[in-house]
Amino acid sequence: MARFLVRRIALGLLTLFLVSVVVFAATQALPGNAATAILGRNATPARVAALTRQLHLNESAFAQYAHWLGDVVRGNLGTSAATQQAVTKYISSRVLNSAFLVLVSAIVAIPLSIGLGVWMAVRRDKPADHVLSVGSLGLAALPEFVIAILLVLLLATNVSHVFPAVSLIPPGEHAWNVPKVVVLPALTLILAVTPYISRIMRASMVEVLESDYVTMARLKGLPNRTVIWRHAVPNAIVPAIQVSALQLAYMAGGVVVVEYVFSYPGIGAALVDAVGNRDVPVVQALSLIIAAVYVVVNLGADIITVLATPRLRTAQQ
Amino acid sequence: MSASVITAESLAEAPPAVGQRRWAALLRATMSQWRSRIGLALFAFMTLIALAGPLIAPHSPTAFVTAPNSPPSSQALFGGDALGRDVWSRFLYGGRSVLGMAVAATIIGVGLGLVVGLTAAYLKGAVDEILMRIADVFMAFPQIVLALLLVAAFGPSVPLIILIVGISHAPRVARVIRGAALQVVERDFVKAAEAVGEPRRRVIFGELLPNVSSPLLVEVGLRLTYSIGLIAALNFIGAGIQPPTADWGVMINENRLAVAFQPWGVVLPVVAIALLTIGTNLLTDGFARAVIGLERGE
Repeated sequence: MARFLVRRIALGLLTLFLVSVVVFAATQALPGNAATAILGRNATPARVAALTRQLHLNESAFAQYAHWLGDVVRGNLGTSAATQQAVTKYISSRVLNSAFLVLVSAIVAIPLSIGLGVWMAVRRDKPADHVLSVGSLGLAALPEFVIAILLVLLLATNVSHVFPAVSLIPPGEHAWNVPKVVVLPALTLILAVTPYISRIMRASMVEVLESDYVTMARLKGLPNRTVIWRHAVPNAIVPAIQVSALQLAYMAGGVVVVEYVFSYPGIGAALVDAVGNRDVPVVQALSLIIAAVYVVVNLGADIITVLATPRLRTAQQ
Repeated sequence: MSASVITAESLAEAPPAVGQRRWAALLRATMSQWRSRIGLALFAFMTLIALAGPLIAPHSPTAFVTAPNSPPSSQALFGGDALGRDVWSRFLYGGRSVLGMAVAATIIGVGLGLVVGLTAAYLKGAVDEILMRIADVFMAFPQIVLALLLVAAFGPSVPLIILIVGISHAPRVARVIRGAALQVVERDFVKAAEAVGEPRRRVIFGELLPNVSSPLLVEVGLRLTYSIGLIAALNFIGAGIQPPTADWGVMINENRLAVAFQPWGVVLPVVAIALLTIGTNLLTDGFARAVIGLERGE
């Protein structure tokens, strides 16, 4: 077991390292001198030369990467080219806002979709199951921004005015102090991930409900509720937990467009802004953060799956 | 099921799993489901609008025909947008770009993923390990973040978006194809082809490829659905096609500020993208169910 964990974590670290190489290399492709880009066309040659030295632009690509990675590891993400602010300062409150959004969505979406999956499995092949099954298939097909815009049309403008269409948060305030603005972005993410988790839960539950020990439990005369929740669900839930973790990782990317639609002050909207401004240090930092979350959550999903499945747990030894 | 006696005849005929009869059965099993019929109808209808729309559009997508944000009138069926252009005409012109870009990205992604997946499954060992490690790195980025990273470096551009979306699909396709091909590699007709000295390329594309055609088609459907969503989203946030070009994603962004009093500029393209992706997804699911059904029945 320990060997498996060490191997998995080592592979995760290797992937993270390669991700940092990709992030750095992609942004190195920028045409022209970054110092000229930052200072503008009218900068004096002396200033350009000074900034070139300061940014290590006169050194080899390897040396530049080493400087950059060294800074990142020490928690220095550079200076925003657009605002001249330290990137860490610019994104710290946004990271918290995004984390809050994902957390709220996950807390609602995971139990909801597991419950839905169980319900669909119990009513298998009845009209409710068919309707939910095709409905979730349609919902799973929709891009997040389409769900977001449809919610705006239904709940924030044309049909009703229940929630704000724009997630305005006063400067210096955190998202959790203005709960109203979190509702629509969170609802979008919930609707985006629920179909995936509930479909897996349904499939896994259908299989377990057909097994001999569930029939046995029923024959013993246990009440239906006990059979389902005490006997069947604990054995059917592992694939759903795994998919939930994968969906959590997926949300790290999903927040980008959703935050943009609602102007929610998180890292996703910040990434779109930074791309628009071609603010390379901010784009590097945010891509790296999102990819790191993605890698770590995926790693967590793998480890949880192995820990929760006795067959795999012993097979790894 | 597989040809276990190695003869010249058993090599000459196609592996039994890919006969024409099987494809006919698969098609029947797919089309006997309501979800596939609805999916195909939606997909065909939206494709028709995207392709034929420009032919029936009453105005040029960039001509100024009404007052800004004007309501529906005899001149503009669904009103005007913020600049006074005809919403209906822009909608009819706006599907080609999304659909065309998505199809191109799907071809690139599935093609590349297919080659990598089959190669990894066939050669195994170090090549497999290296290819899958590279795939892991690309899969460590959500697709949209990878796209934005490169758009930040190179600026928004249509070929770039097609290429990134395609390439970011490839590792995901490669995993699925590799998984399916690993089982085929062990079968007798592959060993037989190797024994008589067929070149590697012939074994990979002549023997392995026909036997992963079902998962391959499912991947085509899935990747097309995801490509449409991803490319519409990238056009929507301004990383792809640029205004004033008429495009469903661009239209939604242009008109969403005025949505309270002129909703059509948003409603038409949003519903179009929704129906298109729902169509491809329902059809893909119907096909995947037919494949599973036939395998169980066999």
